[in-house]
Amino acid sequence: MDFISILSIFVLACFVGYYVVWSVTPALHTPLMAVTNAISSVIIVGALIAAAEAENPVAKYLALAGVVMASINIFGGFAVTERMLAMYKKKEK
Amino acid sequence: MSFSLLSAAAHGGGTPAWAMLAYLVAGVFFILALRGLSSPASSRAGNRNGMIGMAIAVGTTLVMHGTNLVEIGIAIAIGAILGVTIARRIAMTAMPELVAGFHSLVGLAAVVVGLAAWLNPAAFGITDEAGQIMAVSRIELGLGIAIGAITFSGSVIAFLKLSGRMSGSPIMLPGRHVINLGTLGAILVLIGLYTVSPVGGAGEGWMVIAVTVLAFAIGFLLIIPIGGADMPVVVSMLNSYSGWAAAAMGFTLGNSAMIITGALVGSSGAILSYIMCRAMNRSFISVIAGGFGADAGAAGGAGGAREQRPYKQGSAEDAAYMLEQAEKVIIIPGYGMAVAQAQHALREMGDKLKEKGVEVKYAIHPVAGRMPGHMNVLLAEASVPYDEVFELEDINSEFAQCDVAFIIGANDVVNPAAKTDKSSPIYGMPVFDVDKAKQVFFIKRSMGGVGYAGVDNDVFYMNQTVMLLADAKKMVEEIVKSLD
Repeated sequence: MDFISILSIFVLACFVGYYVVWSVTPALHTPLMAVTNAISSVIIVGALIAAAEAENPVAKYLALAGVVMASINIFGGFAVTERMLAMYKKKEK
Repeated sequence: MSFSLLSAAAHGGGTPAWAMLAYLVAGVFFILALRGLSSPASSRAGNRNGMIGMAIAVGTTLVMHGTNLVEIGIAIAIGAILGVTIARRIAMTAMPELVAGFHSLVGLAAVVVGLAAWLNPAAFGITDEAGQIMAVSRIELGLGIAIGAITFSGSVIAFLKLSGRMSGSPIMLPGRHVINLGTLGAILVLIGLYTVSPVGGAGEGWMVIAVTVLAFAIGFLLIIPIGGADMPVVVSMLNSYSGWAAAAMGFTLGNSAMIITGALVGSSGAILSYIMCRAMNRSFISVIAGGFGADAGAAGGAGGAREQRPYKQGSAEDAAYMLEQAEKVIIIPGYGMAVAQAQHALREMGDKLKEKGVEVKYAIHPVAGRMPGHMNVLLAEASVPYDEVFELEDINSEFAQCDVAFIIGANDVVNPAAKTDKSSPIYGMPVFDVDKAKQVFFIKRSMGGVGYAGVDNDVFYMNQTVMLLADAKKMVEEIVKSLD
């Protein structure tokens, strides 16, 4: 992909983010932070590539450390979001 | 920069079309994940969408780069065990520091990925024909590493402050604005020098290292002067940074899933920061400049400077009696409720009152607690139905018709000085109109401390106010007993 295509995706995604986030109910702002935290760990993609393509042990273990950190976030972030969201209940009628 | 140079920068060169498509699908699932949070009813499906998106992104990458799979599997398993264990065990009151801690990991992972791409650019497809890192990629790498490092060290400080391992009061270095701006400037200049430096030339290495080190330092310096109650803004801001770091790396890799996610998370954090600043009537710059509460805290510490004014003190029995006589009660929780872990006792009190036919509502200020939505989560944890919980602008007009305003662990958010006293540090901040309620109960540990802003609160001394001076949890439990 050339730079302009990437930039286009980025700019449009910023607008999507703007409108989607404003539609999030304030009661769910804490789960919002937890889930954005989890998805921002998609950076694991970079760590996976680095770990798979590493040419020396130092680079490999550095990349694997990155994989561990991002995984903590992914699993921890989604799990804690799930735990929080399960607590939100409507009034029993 | 000419267009030919831009289009020559073929990011993520060699990524097959199916993989690009898969990453795009992952990005769409991430959008759906946030979209689900528009209501509690759809929120869990949203979270599942996030998980699906992540599985697609990780799976696609592993299929494309199928080496070292065993080690990578072990690394993911370690992360999974640690992450799930932490997520299960963490107390809901500790959510702000957990989120800050998680942000620091994203930041550090971004730094690691950036350094890895710098050391092995060919694997990331960011090299030109001569095997050197392209200029555009250098800017992206430099920015990614810098934002990641700032996110990391800033989040570590936020984590330490929120978890009480470090004092929440602002730490003010002399000349800090000059130091901070100088460091930020140095980072940008270094990234610029790195971009234009002759390929493979001497000094390329130290520029990247220096950017990393300086960015770690600036993250630390930026957060230490910011006080505890400004943490909602800080946590949101770091949330935003972790997104921009992911986006910068996405540019480097030409990966649409990372770019979409980065943009979503970046805007999310920025919007939350804006909402928090608006709710305090302060500019983002003044929060980031730090030091709020430091001067007032010093004045309060001088002791006796504040005039002694008469106030009424009541007991749990008094409160229970008035509460059960009431038709409508509005409960205003604040950070003190979280500290005392009083949310469960509070819900019991609410249940008892509802049994007696009292209408009970909860009113949440956007900056109550230490992160956006903190109080909502705690009330949800205590099984308070979310349709009994209201935001400031939705409920503020109802105080005039309510019999009892019950304030527990909040202070600045009910201070009428924000409406009337132009010299007050919280002037202009939207506050609850508790002074319009017929009766006010104010649970407070003692008359000594005055909110975060360090300003006295006229609500304490109003005719209709009864102070309940005790630990919030104990006091509410006693009220519950008296209601039997």
